[in-house]
Amino acid sequence: MIKRVNFQRHKPLAFLLLAPQMLVLTIFVFWPAAQALYQAFTVTDPFGQHSTFVWFDNFRDVLTSPEYFNSIYRTAIFSTGTTVSAVLAGLAFAVLVDRVVRAKSVYRLMIIWPYAVAPVLAGVLWLFLFHPIYGAIALMLKQGFGIPWNPLLDGSDAMLLVIVAAAWKQVSYNFVFFLAALQAIPRSLIEAAAIDGAGPIRRFVSIVFPLISPTTFFLLVINVVYAFFDTFGIIHALTQGGPGGATDILVYKVYADGFLGLDLGLSAAQSVILMILVIGLTAVQFRFLERRVKYAQ
Amino acid sequence: MIERTPKLDLFCHLLLIAGVIAVCLPLYYALIAATHTLPDVLQVPMPLTPGKELLVNLKAAVERGDLGRQLLNSLIVSVGVTVGKIAVSILSAFAITYFRFPFRMTAFWLIFATLMLPIEVRIVPTYAVAAHPLQGLGWLLDETGLRGPLESLTGWNVEAVVKWNLLDSYAGLILPLMASATATFLFRQLFLTIPEELLEAAKIDGASPMRFLIDVLWPMSRTNVVALTVILFVFGWNQYLWPLLITTEASMTTAVIGLSKQISAAPEAVPKWNTLMASALLITLPPVLVVIVLQRWFVKGLVDSEK
Repeated sequence: MIKRVNFQRHKPLAFLLLAPQMLVLTIFVFWPAAQALYQAFTVTDPFGQHSTFVWFDNFRDVLTSPEYFNSIYRTAIFSTGTTVSAVLAGLAFAVLVDRVVRAKSVYRLMIIWPYAVAPVLAGVLWLFLFHPIYGAIALMLKQGFGIPWNPLLDGSDAMLLVIVAAAWKQVSYNFVFFLAALQAIPRSLIEAAAIDGAGPIRRFVSIVFPLISPTTFFLLVINVVYAFFDTFGIIHALTQGGPGGATDILVYKVYADGFLGLDLGLSAAQSVILMILVIGLTAVQFRFLERRVKYAQ
Repeated sequence: MIERTPKLDLFCHLLLIAGVIAVCLPLYYALIAATHTLPDVLQVPMPLTPGKELLVNLKAAVERGDLGRQLLNSLIVSVGVTVGKIAVSILSAFAITYFRFPFRMTAFWLIFATLMLPIEVRIVPTYAVAAHPLQGLGWLLDETGLRGPLESLTGWNVEAVVKWNLLDSYAGLILPLMASATATFLFRQLFLTIPEELLEAAKIDGASPMRFLIDVLWPMSRTNVVALTVILFVFGWNQYLWPLLITTEASMTTAVIGLSKQISAAPEAVPKWNTLMASALLITLPPVLVVIVLQRWFVKGLVDSEK
C-alpha cells in the first residue's frame, strides 16, 4: 500500500533510505538463509574444504533418525505444556486483576516484571529452587512429601521444570494482552447481563470469554512460536537437552548438531524444516489477523 | 463494580496474592541467597529471611570476572540494537509508504519475508557469515586471478582483509540482532494512518522529503518510538544464543553470557550461589527497572508490535 499523495521525483533518495535495511537483511538474513538451503542439500568433509551435492540425503537422515523423532515428540510435549499453562495462568491473572478494585496496580506490577528477565536467568533462578541437592523447593518435596524429585536424572521431572520456567516467563506477556482485551469489553454488556440475573461465572462463560476469543487464539499462536524458538536459553541453563534427550527440543538440537556435533548438513536440513514450520505458523497468524484488522479506507 | 460480592472479592484477592507469591518466589529466593554467606545458603533448610551480607556479595560479584565491563557491554549492545533498529526501520518504512519507485513491492515483500526467519532457526549459517564475512571476496579474487596483481599494485595484504571478521566485536553483536522487519512494519502501519493532507500541505509549503520526515513524521511517531524502545532494550539486553556464539573473550561478552558461563564452568563442586545470585540480581535490575518505570509504554509497545 502506498500513500495517494507521495514523492515521485525522488527515486534516488528512496533507494538511499531503503539501503541500510536491505544491506543488513541481505548480509545477516537472506545470505545465511540461502547458505542453509545450500548446505541442507550437500555434505561437507570434516575439514570444510569440499562439499558434495547429495539431494535429499540430509533430510532423509534427519527424518529417519530416532533422535529427531524423539526431539519432535519432546517439542510437542514442551510447547503444549508451556502454551496451555502460560495462557491459562495469564487469563486467570487478567480476570482477577480486572475484577478487583484495590491494589490493582500493585498486582499488575508484580505480574509484569518477569517479562524483563532473560530466559537463561529465568532458568538459573528456577534451577536454584529445584536443584536436587540444594534447591529449597526440591528439598521440601523430598523431605516434606517424600517425592523423589531429581530433574538431573529423571526425564519427566526435567520436562516439568523447563515447562514451569518457560511458562513463568511468558505469563506476563499473556496477562498484558488479556487485560487489554478485557478492558476493551463494553461495560454496558456486562451490566445488562447482570440485570438479567447472570452471576459472575455465567457472565464470564457466555459474554466475556467469547468476546476475548480472538485474543486467546492470537496468544495460542504466539505462545507456540515462543515455546518453539525463544526458549533456547531456558533449556541451555536448566538441562542442556538432557537427561538422555528428555528435553532435547528442536531449536536446541539444531544448535547441538551444528556447533557441538559439527554436522553442518544435518543441522542445515533441520534449519530448513524449522523455517517451513515458522512459515506455516506465520501463515496461520496472518490469516487470523486478516479477519481482525481493518485498515483505514 | 456491578454488584456487591464481598466474599467473592476476598476470594479473588486471596487467589491473586497466592499467584503473585508464586510468580515472585524465584526472585525472593535469589534475594535471600544474595544476602547470606555461602555456608548459610547451603544449609538445610535455607534461611527464609534476608541476611546482612548483600553488600559483601555484590562487591564479590563485581570483582569476580568482568561483570562491570560486561554490564557496560550489555548496555552498548542493547542501546545499539535499539537505536540502530529504529533508525533503519523508520527510514525504510518512510521509503516504502511515501515514495513511488521501481521494485517498491519487491522490497516490501523481501522485508516481509524476514519475519519468517528468526535467528535461532538460521543460527549456524549466520555464525558462518559473521566469522568470514569477506570469504566470498577472497574466493572471487582467487577465481579471477586478480589477487596477485591487486596485492602488488596497492600493497594491501589481501589475506588480512579477507580474514577480517565480526567475532568479539560490537558490530558482530549488534548488526545481526538489528536484522528483523518487525519495527519496519510497526512504522509502516503508523504512517498509513497519518492523514494525506499533511503531505499535501507540506508539499505546498515546499518541504523536501527529509524535512517532511523530520518535522512531521518524526514528532508524530514519538510515542511509538518510546514504546518500541522499551521492548527493544529488553530484547537486546536479554539476548543469549547469539552473544554466546559470537564472543569468546570474557571482556567482550554480555553480562547475561558472563553469568551463565560462570555457573556452567564453576571450578568448585557447588557454584557460589550467594555471589552468583547477587550478580543475577544486578544483571536483571536494568531491564526490570525499564519495564516497571515505563510500564505504560511497555504495554503499548507490546500490544502495538504484534498488530
